Amino acid sequence: MFVINCPYCGEREQSEFKAGGEAHIVRPKQPTELSDDEWAEYLFMRKNIKGIQFERWIHTHGCRKWFNVVRDTSNDKIKAVYKMGEEPPTV
Amino acid sequence: MKNKYSIFSLVKNAFSYHENWEKAWKDPEPKKEYDAIIIGGGGHGLATAYYLAKKHDMKNIALVEKGWIGGGNTGRNTTIIRSNYLWDASAGLYDHALRIWEGLSQELNYNVMFSQRGVMNLAHNLQDVRDLKRRTHANRLNGIDAVYLNTEQVKKFCPIINTSPDIRYPVLGGTLQRRAGTARHDAVAWGYARGANEMGVDIIQNCEVKGIKRNGDSVEGIETTKGFIKTKKIGVVAAGHSSVIASMAGLKLPLESKPLQALVSEPVKPIIDTVVMSNAVHAYVSQSDKGELVIGAGTDDYVSYSQKGSHDIVEGTLNAILELYPIFSRMRMLRQWGGIVDICPDASPIISKTSIKGLYFNCGWGTGGFKATPGSGDLFAHTIANDEPHKLNAAFNINRFVSGNLVDEHGAAAVAH
Repeated sequence: MFVINCPYCGEREQSEFKAGGEAHIVRPKQPTELSDDEWAEYLFMRKNIKGIQFERWIHTHGCRKWFNVVRDTSNDKIKAVYKMGEEPPTV
Repeated sequence: MKNKYSIFSLVKNAFSYHENWEKAWKDPEPKKEYDAIIIGGGGHGLATAYYLAKKHDMKNIALVEKGWIGGGNTGRNTTIIRSNYLWDASAGLYDHALRIWEGLSQELNYNVMFSQRGVMNLAHNLQDVRDLKRRTHANRLNGIDAVYLNTEQVKKFCPIINTSPDIRYPVLGGTLQRRAGTARHDAVAWGYARGANEMGVDIIQNCEVKGIKRNGDSVEGIETTKGFIKTKKIGVVAAGHSSVIASMAGLKLPLESKPLQALVSEPVKPIIDTVVMSNAVHAYVSQSDKGELVIGAGTDDYVSYSQKGSHDIVEGTLNAILELYPIFSRMRMLRQWGGIVDICPDASPIISKTSIKGLYFNCGWGTGGFKATPGSGDLFAHTIANDEPHKLNAAFNINRFVSGNLVDEHGAAAVAH
């Protein structure tokens, strides 16, 4: 249980949000050219990091906007929050 | 030296006030080299080491554990055992485990308190009814005992369930697997540890793996907090930390590690003599031999290794429990905890070779690994010893995420993820 600072609404309970998994997984530009291995990598393989992870969240019970969070998954401490399309910060 | 537990050994040791029992397993320092090393001293890892020694004649085996054996998810789960999964591959896998459970206490000479009290899965809407009926038919075709119960039969089997049509999600029916049940989780770890130790397996606790040494495409050993240990075969059974170990070898897995919570109440007199699970409202409950209600909650939707989940998950589960069992409304909860479960996209496990020679993974059991402990160990040992999967775990290879042959068990997994 923790608090997330939504870039649009401010600090809210984590239960207002839904997690969207690892961030910055780029959708393939040429899906028809992809091999099975590349599809597996895109669809299923995840870093699943213990430590600093870049991830997506949506404020489901608020502004309903997607944004990015940098969080330490070993203790759930949030290091940074930034909007979609912005460069990931260095933490 | 075999120290067989029996009425005679009990009487003999009573004369020395039970102070001279031989230790059930030694506490050795690691040797320089082993034929195989198992990473992870939970039930699955200990079972793997046990069957490697017992069935595959490998004696020079070590098992390394970061903390103490059975201290992770083995000690944190709700101890439910069943095999009523939908697909043929899963039915084969989980029923293999259930059959070993049925003779496990005898085999290990250690009482794992396996109790076939039955597991009932409830249906709360029309789609649940259809799904559970379909699953019952699929189970029976695979030789797994399963029956479908209507609302009256559910009430008869477990009278404290509120089967009123007026509740928010009324009970429309359910399935029952009578061979299913529970076991004592710690005893499973200790029984396998004792058995493995007896056959010469070195169980090395407080030994954290820091790195995996590779020579090109094969493994050479592991770096640990107790130094480097050489080996040609590494079996990783690290549950929530599987991805962490995989990254040491430069591999990525299709896993996400998430907190899964459970809680127990204060102990009360026997009130529920079975296990009742409900997928739709997400509540499952049984009663331990000590009298505590054992309640399982769901997973959080974010990756976390913190071993604690969100309060709203527990609240949601307790809401559902109280609606189904109004009799529990004044029960007090004693303890609540979280474990980190490694979830696969298809809610099925991975018991597989990898692209690196000598590196094997047994992971992805997600929210329901305990039930499979003996079967998982048996099949993983086979895979490591022969460098080939057994036919029962062939479908659970890691390449299914490339080929697309997923084993989708989100329905039978019975925990929302």
